[in-house]
Amino acid sequence: MASPHDLTFQEFEEAADLLSSNPGASTLSISSSGEVKVDLSEDEDNQQESSELLGGEKQTGGFWTFEYYQSFFNVDTIQVLDRIKGSVIPLPGRNFVKHHIRNNPDLYGPFWICVTLVFSVAISGDLYTFLINMGDPGYHYRPQFNRVSIAAVTVFLYAWLVPLGVWGFLTWRQSVERRISGYTFLETVCVYGYSLFIYIPTSILWTIPVYWLEWLLIIIALVISGSVLVMTFWPAVRDDTKLTAFSTMAVIVSLHALLAVGFKLYFFQTPTYTGSSHSGQQTTPAANHTTLTLGKHQ
Amino acid sequence: MAEVEESSKRMFAGLSDISISEDIPVEGDISVPVRSQNADDDFSTLDEPVKDTILRDLRAVGQKFVHVLYPKKSSALLKDWDLWGPLLLCVTLALMLQGGSADSGDDGRPQFAEVFVIIWFGSVIITLNSKLLGGTISFFQSLCVLGYCILPLTVAMIVCRIVLLGSISSISFVVRLIVVTASFCWSTFASTAFLADSQPANRKALVVYPVFLFYFVIGWMILTFSPSP
Repeated sequence: MASPHDLTFQEFEEAADLLSSNPGASTLSISSSGEVKVDLSEDEDNQQESSELLGGEKQTGGFWTFEYYQSFFNVDTIQVLDRIKGSVIPLPGRNFVKHHIRNNPDLYGPFWICVTLVFSVAISGDLYTFLINMGDPGYHYRPQFNRVSIAAVTVFLYAWLVPLGVWGFLTWRQSVERRISGYTFLETVCVYGYSLFIYIPTSILWTIPVYWLEWLLIIIALVISGSVLVMTFWPAVRDDTKLTAFSTMAVIVSLHALLAVGFKLYFFQTPTYTGSSHSGQQTTPAANHTTLTLGKHQ
Repeated sequence: MAEVEESSKRMFAGLSDISISEDIPVEGDISVPVRSQNADDDFSTLDEPVKDTILRDLRAVGQKFVHVLYPKKSSALLKDWDLWGPLLLCVTLALMLQGGSADSGDDGRPQFAEVFVIIWFGSVIITLNSKLLGGTISFFQSLCVLGYCILPLTVAMIVCRIVLLGSISSISFVVRLIVVTASFCWSTFASTAFLADSQPANRKALVVYPVFLFYFVIGWMILTFSPSP
């Protein structure tokens, strides 16, 4: 057995040889203060690896495991509130994805904002119909419960199919022209989900039956959420040909506008005398009939 | 090496005197949980009259109702969860809320199946949401708590139905509004008292908000219930 005095540091000549042959390799140096500094050299493989780790999705396990879905709910209350604030107050130059999502897309926000929107549109539409028809004695209030299912189908189709289309289109352009940076599918869904938040207070305010106010609210909501979408997707298509860039933006904004106007027209109908209530429809031909008979009698 | 043996002999020398002599009897009791006693219990619940079994379950459900009505920080709902209470409440609520099939003008009211699906499907989604956010509560415990906390809203439904037996006027609407709002706040508060402890601290609001939305929608369905003319 060697005595303790025999232990000395041995020089490993191979290490010095390895380093001299490949000077670009990453080295580990332990300084006297005890910190460990890892020197990542500048060669391409290292950089691509680290950017993949930072930019790609953290997928733990296959899609059939619970942990896979848990990774999409990795947000705190403060983060969700911050993202909602970012979608309501779009500052120019602040890309929603880069600034707020920061490679941590979540499904909590989009899902619960969609559910809230479904119920707020249905309930506000109910309230609006009630308020409009309050003075009509022939009107009997009945809750339009089937509207909830229609609202749910519309909102969820919009919040999932449109991002799928936008993401697919951007990825296809990215493969055709190498310069464009795209977004992952989850980030697209996230942006669309959070941009729908502004419609929730808008739909609650739509119950006020003042005609010009409703259209003003639509325009304000469209401008705010449309600008969030435009500022997110413009950097992705800006490098493309002018025609594709502008047409992509036009399609995104017009689909958003269609959703808002569709909600307004379907759920917040102003019933004229040929409107939604059955009694209204029946009185119109009867009234015409009586005036005609009166005219004949005279 | 020889010195080591010597010293150990000296250290352990005193212990060799300790021995149990033959004439001191060793006595004592060793109690082992006897398996046969549990088997006797299992058999005895099969032999008991059906009335006892049903009453025992009803008593458990009733005890949980009391816990919901006076919510303290107790774990009674969580420890022995059962789904009888939620089923009873859900069926009662759906029966009272459903639209009459004979009237053609009342097709706007929610059907029995719609209310049933909303309550159960909503509870499942809220449970999944809390588990995905990192909650430590189990799936059925959470379903149990959410179902039992519908009790104040069911009571409000019964009160509304009684109020609507009188005249339909704005006074009855104000009374119904107050009753439904109070019971909705009660339900949300009760379920938060049971569920909040199992969530990580920085995500409590994220878990409480869907519960709030769930009871709000049920409260809305109760408030807009109008009897057939």
